[in-house]
Amino acid sequence: MTIRHTSSVDALKAIFKVDNVDLQVGQVQVCNSLGFEIYPGEMLAILGRNGVGKSTLLSNLAGLPRGQMSGEVLLGGKSYQDWGARASACWRGWLAQKQQDQFSATVLETVISGRHPHLNRWAWESAEDRALALASLDSVGMADFVDRDVLTLSGGERQRVAVATILTQNPTLYFMDEPLAHLDLNHQIEVLSLMQSKTKRERVSVLMVLHEPGLAYRFCDSALLLFGEGEWLYGSAAAVLTAENLTRLYGHPLLQIESPDGEGQMQRWFVPG
Amino acid sequence: MTTRYRLLLVVTALSLLALGAITIGLSVGSVKMSFADVMAGLFDPAAPASSVIRDLRLPRTLAAFACGGLLALAGALMQVLLRNPLADPYILGISGGAGVGALLAIFFGLGVAGLNGFAFAGALLAILIVFGLAHGDGSWTQTRLLLTGVMVAAGCGAVITLLLSIAPEERLRGMLFWLMGDFSQGVNPVYALIGVVGVGLLTAPLARDLNVLIRGNDTAKALGVSVTFVRIAVYLLASMATAVSVTTAGSVGFVGLVIPHLTRMMVGNDQRVLLPTSMLAGGIFLVLADALARILIAPQQLPVGVVTALIGVPVFLYLLNRTRYQ
Repeated sequence: MTIRHTSSVDALKAIFKVDNVDLQVGQVQVCNSLGFEIYPGEMLAILGRNGVGKSTLLSNLAGLPRGQMSGEVLLGGKSYQDWGARASACWRGWLAQKQQDQFSATVLETVISGRHPHLNRWAWESAEDRALALASLDSVGMADFVDRDVLTLSGGERQRVAVATILTQNPTLYFMDEPLAHLDLNHQIEVLSLMQSKTKRERVSVLMVLHEPGLAYRFCDSALLLFGEGEWLYGSAAAVLTAENLTRLYGHPLLQIESPDGEGQMQRWFVPG
Repeated sequence: MTTRYRLLLVVTALSLLALGAITIGLSVGSVKMSFADVMAGLFDPAAPASSVIRDLRLPRTLAAFACGGLLALAGALMQVLLRNPLADPYILGISGGAGVGALLAIFFGLGVAGLNGFAFAGALLAILIVFGLAHGDGSWTQTRLLLTGVMVAAGCGAVITLLLSIAPEERLRGMLFWLMGDFSQGVNPVYALIGVVGVGLLTAPLARDLNVLIRGNDTAKALGVSVTFVRIAVYLLASMATAVSVTTAGSVGFVGLVIPHLTRMMVGNDQRVLLPTSMLAGGIFLVLADALARILIAPQQLPVGVVTALIGVPVFLYLLNRTRYQ
């Protein structure tokens, strides 16, 4: 079911379209005939209980197939297959839920791997690529870690390196699976603010899996709730993120508290009852 | 220092070291020779040392260099493919297959050509079996590949033990030397040299893809790597490199495990630098190990695999301990 868009994103032309998507993984029906559109500058939060298929859906939408999916996913009007692996990678970035490092590598080497799709087979990273990687590290507060071995980083530091890597890839569409995992509160807000200002300034779009509905309300334009057994609800953050919907989503009574933030904007926070 | 500059520097330095190692390889042996005699023997067909240098030591040294390069390269590739720092070229049963072939050839008393043919056929068979079975459901996961390979290796190990236990006494020594890896029986360096150049050149365009592949299949895919194609290519290249080396010199151990680790510690894990560096370092290591194998208990010769293992085991254990305490 879809609630019509009334948020601030411009309705020029959708950059990303999902139409009539059915997704099943093992015994879990993630969604039935899911459909929505993402516009330039939009941030979408995907919320749902553990095991409902948020990550699976996100990776399928990012063109990394898992389980059985039918329906249409169009990136700038074309499917991932039509784009091809390399061109798709210039369009969309994907932040994995877990970073799996088996070998030592410096932070800079890891971050600069985000330039891979932009370089042809025999090219080496240029001074600009390096500068972009360093700027990305700076923007997540990891500028002092350039030469550190990724295997020696804490969970939160590694997560910020992963965010810097996707920023260095510099895609139009960001798929982020739990970008706030392992992060302290201050870094959670920093990363969300960073993505928000980037979407508004550069008209890129973000789809991310979040666990905190209050943060989703504060930073995202729209939200997709996955209820399980194929049921879903999509719409503007204001329309979808209500105590009633979230109580049903998490199967636990939630209280909605409204309070103005520093800029006088009304924010919603949800507290378990 | 940019990566490209580092590559140039390391490859230049190692190439000079390789020339030095090859000179040492040509100079040592049962006949004592001065440096001038060695050079004269190498370049002047009329010199007295010519036949010893050109017919015996040069093919042997070049074969050791090429096999060392092949094994180190194959080891580095297998470590990326299985995303496991402990992988080596023999882990997926290729040397086991070659071993069964070679021992069968020795068992039936076939000549050198038959032995090489059987060993290579055995290696190819192992490659195809592992590839076919691991490919089964199309998933090609690391675990499935690793388990299939380890099982094929275990099966080959059993057949090798069977052949050793029923072989006639006079053939046992040849079998054991083959299994340990050995350059003393009239080796032919041509295939190994072609192999090391060929596999090296074919690997080069994939090197940056491998940098990304190390970070996980999905992440690599999201960064535009054709994961399935690259992984199959890496498997086949590493396997062929191993097969050619094993056919030339038997299963020389530890080069493929230790050398990629040592070079990774020196030059980092950028595959564009690591792969050529490993290749050269592997060649140097095996040439020097073979020189030692000739002089340690001269006039008798040791199988080179004994020397690489005697150096390789303590070095590897030391490295393992060092990384644990980091």
